[in-house]
Amino acid sequence: MTDYTADEMMTVAAARQLRDGTACFVGIGLPSTAANLARATHAPNLVLIYESGCLGAKPDRLPLSIGDGVLADTADAVVSVPEVFNYWLQPGRIDVGFLGAAQLDRYGNINTTVIGGDYTDPKVRLPGAGGAPEIAASCREVVVVVRQGLRTFTERVDFVTSVGFGAGPGDRERLGLRGGGPRTVITDLGVLEADPATCELTLTRLHPGVTVEQARAATGWPLAVADELTTGEPPTADELTVLRALEATKRSTPSGGPA
Amino acid sequence: MAKLVSLADGVAELVRDGDTVALEGFTHLIPFAAGHEIIRQGRRDLTLVRMTPDVIYDQLIGAGCARRLVFSWGGNPGVGSLHRFRDAVQNSWPVPLELEEHSHAGMANRYVAGASGLPFAVLRGYTGTDLPRHTTNIRPIECPFTGETLTAVPALRPDVTVVHAQRADRAGNVQMWGITGVQKEAVLAAHRSLVTVEEIVDELEPVPGQVVLPGWAVTAVAAVPGGSHPSYTQGYSVRDNDFYRAWDAISRDRDTFADWIERHVRKVEVQA
Repeated sequence: MTDYTADEMMTVAAARQLRDGTACFVGIGLPSTAANLARATHAPNLVLIYESGCLGAKPDRLPLSIGDGVLADTADAVVSVPEVFNYWLQPGRIDVGFLGAAQLDRYGNINTTVIGGDYTDPKVRLPGAGGAPEIAASCREVVVVVRQGLRTFTERVDFVTSVGFGAGPGDRERLGLRGGGPRTVITDLGVLEADPATCELTLTRLHPGVTVEQARAATGWPLAVADELTTGEPPTADELTVLRALEATKRSTPSGGPA
Repeated sequence: MAKLVSLADGVAELVRDGDTVALEGFTHLIPFAAGHEIIRQGRRDLTLVRMTPDVIYDQLIGAGCARRLVFSWGGNPGVGSLHRFRDAVQNSWPVPLELEEHSHAGMANRYVAGASGLPFAVLRGYTGTDLPRHTTNIRPIECPFTGETLTAVPALRPDVTVVHAQRADRAGNVQMWGITGVQKEAVLAAHRSLVTVEEIVDELEPVPGQVVLPGWAVTAVAAVPGGSHPSYTQGYSVRDNDFYRAWDAISRDRDTFADWIERHVRKVEVQA
């Protein structure tokens, strides 16, 4: 078996979550890496949508930002930012929204705004909402990709930037959120899925070599564990080769000079 | 018809202390050179508006030009946090920075409402988040036809919007292509506008996917080749990702930042 890192396992697991032919709203960083890995392996017809207005981007290298030229150059269509949000995201045309989180609670509510202190005088000021609140509201389903740890997996989030299942069953319907919400959370330790009855994130799969105790120790609430807990497949040699080649393109992005 | 001006004259004439200023650009076509001119001319007490305040707003904030920021995502894309923005919010350095915070969908629609001459925009957004608790500019509204509860956000009407584009002709008609973000809406929403361009040409050749801003809808145009660097201008330059990475270290420390601004912005000779 090839050696791989926990982050590589997480990225591969996230990529595998994407079905061929679906439309995916991609944020920068790990989601973009995972979506491009999926497109280069099992999902060649995956439609990548970047909030900069690039619909159906087919980059041959990983962009550093959601607006790199390679996205516009390879897109089926480049539309304005109001159009991305109003015509494409809001009506529910996008199958999967990929989100990260600085804090996440057991109902998949996400904080990317402030940590500690209070809003006007926070301990840590984070970038804020971006497209996330409406991605979380309107995509048919949301996949959260985040490293699991006590600072991230918290009993309560300090700020609700994007709503998961609110305080539990029925909250999304009550709020009028039409998308399916964060049904899947993929971490460096395993996969959590929202329980259909309680909406609580439940550990359903561990990555190879990870124990339930490790997952519990990295979770800031009493972690629910599925009765049929499974162990996922390690990355294949092909997945690792493609992923590493993609990562290498990010480091060698051209800089300066005429196009 | 838009006036052709120098960058220095354009900023002097159109950007005033205390103004609400939008420098838009979604990764692509960010008007860095115009932002630097605002710093050189020492503008103060600005309300800076932008969906994605990134490095140029970090510079304006660190240089003490801003009193207030209206935004939806403040970071260095793919790199990390904006340290001058964080220092201003967390420690009021060099001056306190008031925030009004939205989502991208909300900000985009606020510009659309401004460009459309409407007092507000309606969207499905913000519901259930903590964002509406911190500004009165996000409110629920009932649809008069279905009774459904939606969200209203007020129009954005900047005093001046500044954008960068590929080129303009001598009548000030502006042509841009590639990722054009929310620039058209931001210009049309504003009372005044300044567009910096890579070049001024005799005739605008059509380009697929282009957005054209008619010269009579733009206040002034200034030729500033390379005016988007380290952002990029499709067809003219590529994004200087190395600079964005380097900014993290430059901006982390107040003195290093101040020194950088002094050497690369304040002391730069500009052609009048």
